[in-house]
This record gives sequence, structure tokens and C-alpha cells, in this order.
Amino acid sequence: MPNGIERLDAAFTSTYGTAFIPYVMAGDPDIAQSLRYAGVLARYADVIELGIPYSDPLADGPTIQGAGQRALQAGVTSQDVLDMAERLRGGPPIVIMTYLNTVLAPGVERFLRRLADAGVAGLLIPDLPIEESDDIRRQTNEAGLALIPFAAPTSSDERLELIGRHAQGFVYCVAVTGVTGSDIAINEEFAAFMARCRRFITAPIAVGFGVRTPQDAKRLAEHADGVIIGSEIIRIVESSVTAKEAEVALDDYSRQIKVALRP
Amino acid sequence: MSQLTTTRFGDYGGRFVPETVIGALDELETAFQHYREDTEFWSEFNHLLTSYVGRPTPLTRAHKLGEHHGIDTLYLKREDLCHTGAHKINNALGQMLLAKRMGKERIIAETGAGQHGVATATAAALLGFNCVVYMGRTDMERQHLNVVRMRMLGAEVRPVDSGSGTLKDATSEAIRDWVTNVRTTHYVIGSAVGPAPYPNLVAEFQRVIGDETREQILALEGRLPAVVVACIGGGSNAIGMFRAFLNDPDVKLMGVEAAGHGIDSGKHGAPLSAGKPGVLHGSYSYLLQDRDGQVQEAHSISAGLDYPGVGPEHSYLRDAGRVRYVSATDVQAVQAFQRCTRLEGIIPALETSHALAVLSQAGAGEDGPVIVCFSGRGDKDVDSVAERLGMM
Repeated sequence: MPNGIERLDAAFTSTYGTAFIPYVMAGDPDIAQSLRYAGVLARYADVIELGIPYSDPLADGPTIQGAGQRALQAGVTSQDVLDMAERLRGGPPIVIMTYLNTVLAPGVERFLRRLADAGVAGLLIPDLPIEESDDIRRQTNEAGLALIPFAAPTSSDERLELIGRHAQGFVYCVAVTGVTGSDIAINEEFAAFMARCRRFITAPIAVGFGVRTPQDAKRLAEHADGVIIGSEIIRIVESSVTAKEAEVALDDYSRQIKVALRP
Repeated sequence: MSQLTTTRFGDYGGRFVPETVIGALDELETAFQHYREDTEFWSEFNHLLTSYVGRPTPLTRAHKLGEHHGIDTLYLKREDLCHTGAHKINNALGQMLLAKRMGKERIIAETGAGQHGVATATAAALLGFNCVVYMGRTDMERQHLNVVRMRMLGAEVRPVDSGSGTLKDATSEAIRDWVTNVRTTHYVIGSAVGPAPYPNLVAEFQRVIGDETREQILALEGRLPAVVVACIGGGSNAIGMFRAFLNDPDVKLMGVEAAGHGIDSGKHGAPLSAGKPGVLHGSYSYLLQDRDGQVQEAHSISAGLDYPGVGPEHSYLRDAGRVRYVSATDVQAVQAFQRCTRLEGIIPALETSHALAVLSQAGAGEDGPVIVCFSGRGDKDVDSVAERLGMM
């Protein structure tokens, strides 16, 4: 099987238009149901971002914090999330979104081996800035996993250059200074940030934080190679009365997003 | 390897925060490096410390408390006599003088016991900043007096309901605010924790405690202390005191964590005694966590020590064996609170009471002065202690 970096590269090159990258909080409200939600999203997704719930998610707004709390209260462990990833094998490549301490606690090497064994393609660690990431990147390379870096509107040109140089799979560009679920503003400032990213980063650029509507997605497609949607997916589930209704709503929403992302 | 410098204490410290705030940390580091060499900056800071905070704070001989513990010469470094009632004001003023020079207009802070929140609200009033303080809902209830003080001073106190509604959750929420408003806002972190350069920055603004103490004990006793004791939540009063004595191998240094219901109960705030290294709030340090790396809730009667992490320099000093870290339970702290109040006529903060609780252990068999960093006054705690003792 090709390694994680190759599978992510293929996901971006083979998609028609801009890649759709939905985020699922594993274990919200429980593993079985979140697996069903991921299954629905997998029909349309080019890459799936699977979140490990964490006690102190510094980069997340109230919606994803709430989802993580529900998963932790349901007793979900890191191993449960990786078992879930394994069940999603064969679909779009899975990247795991998790905070650094969940990688360090079991031992980095052991954690990464579990990821690779579960067929995961890559890893996103929002509290691991590029200059702290050398050790872990050496080990993700050995495990055949992509370590996907973050870029932000406040990143200097020097930092974007460094991020671009080390990028694997894609770069997660944070659309706004803020936490997940903020309001995106696709304005001149955002366009200038995207232009700076393009100057320094050759890897695919995926944009997240605050993307809600198919209209948002359509406008982002002019700038980005991928669109990441997390909080809005959780909101759709939260506003549905039954799990079945949520699955129907997610299917409908994902189809609209996918259409919006076509050239 | 990386091209950017990172301040570490051995393996501990670092900058494990979202990319969005890295630029602000660089900016803060640059300002700190610049102004630490700037005589005009230090003269403004020192002027505020003397004319506004009331420094130097006295070193008070505690005869009766010493006698009780079998210590011949016991001194209390009276940070409780600082304006606003604790050492926190030293750091709040220092950081806000930096923020002013960096052109920031808005200040945010987290607070546990409320002492840092009050200090920040006070300095913001004095220096003309908008100020928002994040405080856990649980802490707002148990430290109500300080909530009222902050509001009177013009700060907005935002309750935090996530987690256990204590210091950890307030800190996470303050970091989220900072990530969102980083261009206009300076985050005045209250303890020697957080991403670099904060642990070092806070220690530098607090080291006035140790520098004064050293001068005072030499003048009073003609010798250095045998033992110096301080309580540890994040560890800012302790590191401010210890830094002046780190290179004196004959001075024993002792840090006291919160043992809550007892270390064995698992309900405590003692990462240096019973945690293992991990990442919380931007730095790598000892931490209370489970096998998956989920951060565990701390437990302490003292809101200021109710924190599952600790400053990275303390982790380094622990491993190096330079500082001995012990702990005191809620019950021991309340006993020490009562004892100090009755014997010396000084009401200590519950945080400080943890340092006072281990004096028999710290001073046993020592030939030479013992000094306690008396980090804050206990007015804020009288209701909760009275309730616990059935005096209400």
C-alpha cells in the first residue's frame, strides 16, 4: 500500500475541483453512531479528518469542545478512535486530528505505530508549531504518515516558508485568527493571506475554521485546494432530532458542498 | 534543526500553542529582550514597585510560630503587604508596562483565587487598559470577594463553565481569547507557566521577592537562610523567591504543592509529586494526566493551587534535585491558617498556608534562619475557612 503522504497527494490530484475534508469528532455521541456519520460523509469526502477527543482543546471553539466533552463522557479512548479509523479503511484517506499530549502520553513511537496499523494516512497536531515538530516528523516519516502543518494569517513570511518546506500531504490554513467555529470572512485580507501562502507553499492548501455554507465553500474554492468543515457538521447533527434524521441531513449537506466545490 | 530559538529549562518548557499566536510570542520575546536592557523601563517598573505596590515588603520575624515548630529563627517575607494583597501585582505591572510599549490596547488574564485577576484589574485601571478576566465558575463562588473587587476596578469578569470551572479551564479560555484577538491584546499570564517566554518573563518580574529577601536576611542575620519555603500552584512566588538562591548550594529550597484530600486519594494538585511530564497550556512540564494524556482535574481547597500543571522551571529544578518538592493536604493547610492567624496576628491566604503547613518538616534540625514566602493575605479565604470550621 502507498504510504500516507502518497495517498493524500493522490486524493488532491484525483478530485474533480476542490477537495472536501469533513471533520468528525470520534465517539460523539458514541463510537458506533459517529462511525455511521463518518460513513455518510465518506460518500462525498476526499479526505476525512477524525478527531480524538481531548480534555483541553485550545484551538477549538464551543461546538467542537462540546463534542469532545460528550465523547470523553462516553468513555472514548484513543484506541477506540483508532479502531474506528480502521473500520473506515478502504474509503477516503483518514487524517487524525489530535492535541500533542495524546501523542506524547503513550510514547510517540508507540502512538504512531498504532496510527499506521490502523491505516491512517496523516496526523494534524494544532498545538505543535513547526519549529517544535522536527522530532515527531522524523518519526512520522518512519511510520509512513504525513505530518500536516498549520499556517495562520499571523504567520510571518519566514514562517510560511518554513511551513511550506516541511509540509506533507497538505497545509491546514486557518482562515481567521480565532478558534474553530469562528465566522469566516472571505475578504481582501483573506485573499492576501492566501496569496502569501501560495508564494511560499507548493503543497496543497486546505482552508478551515468557520466554513459553514455551500456559498462559503464555493467562494473558498477560488483560493484553496481543499475545504475543511468541522463545527458546522456537528451543528447539523445537534439540530437533528434523531440519528437517522442527522444522517439524512449530513448526506444532503455533503452533496451540496461537493457540488459547490466543482469548478 | 529549527531556526527559531526556544527557551527551555532542560527538557521542559517550549512553545506548544496554535500557530496563530506564535507571532505574538516572538513579538513578546523581542520586546522582553529589548526592555530588560532598558534602564528607563526598569526605573519606571521600580518606581511603581516602591511608590504604588509598597516595596520592599518587610521580612517579619515570627517568634511564636517559630517556637511552635521548633525553629529558632523564622522569618516571613511579607508579600501579603503588597498593594492588592499578594505578590501577583509585581508581574501584572511588569507585563503591562511591556504591553504598553508594544502598543497593545486590551489586556486579558486568567485567575484562580482571584489575586492575579485583582492585580491585573488594578494595573489595568492605573495604566489605562481595557481588561477582561476569565475565571472558573467554581472559583467565582469560592472567591466571591475578589470577583467584586475586579468588577469595581472596571474589569469584565467572564465566567468559565467548561471542565471543573477552575484555573485550568480559565487559562484555556484566556488562551482562546488571545488566539482570536492576538493583534490588539496582550495576555497577562499570572504564573510562571505557559509557552516561552512567559515562564521566564514572569520569573524575572517576580525575582524582586528573592532579591529583597536575600538583602534583608544578610542585613538582619549576617548570613544566608538555611531553608526557604514557598507554595507552588503554577509556581510564580516560589520561582521569584528561589531564583535569588539557586546558586547558593547551602540554601535548601522547598516547594509545597497542594495534596488536597491526600496524594493517595488521587484528589490533589501535586503534579511534581504524583504526575508525569506532558504538555498543558503551551509548555512541557509535570502534569496530572491519565494514560491517554487526558489532563486530569486537580483538587485543592486553595483555588490558587487547584491546577494540574506547574511551571517548567520547577520541573527542571525537581529533576536536578535543587529544590525539594513536598505537599500539604487541605486539612493541614487549614490548621496552618488558624495557627498563623492566632500566633502571629496575620491571616494568610490558603495558598500561603500550604507553605506554613510543612514548617516542622522544613525546619527540623536546621541551624540557621528559615524563611517562608508569605505570598498573600487571607481575607479572601475567611468565609470558606469559617464555613469549614463551623464558625458561620
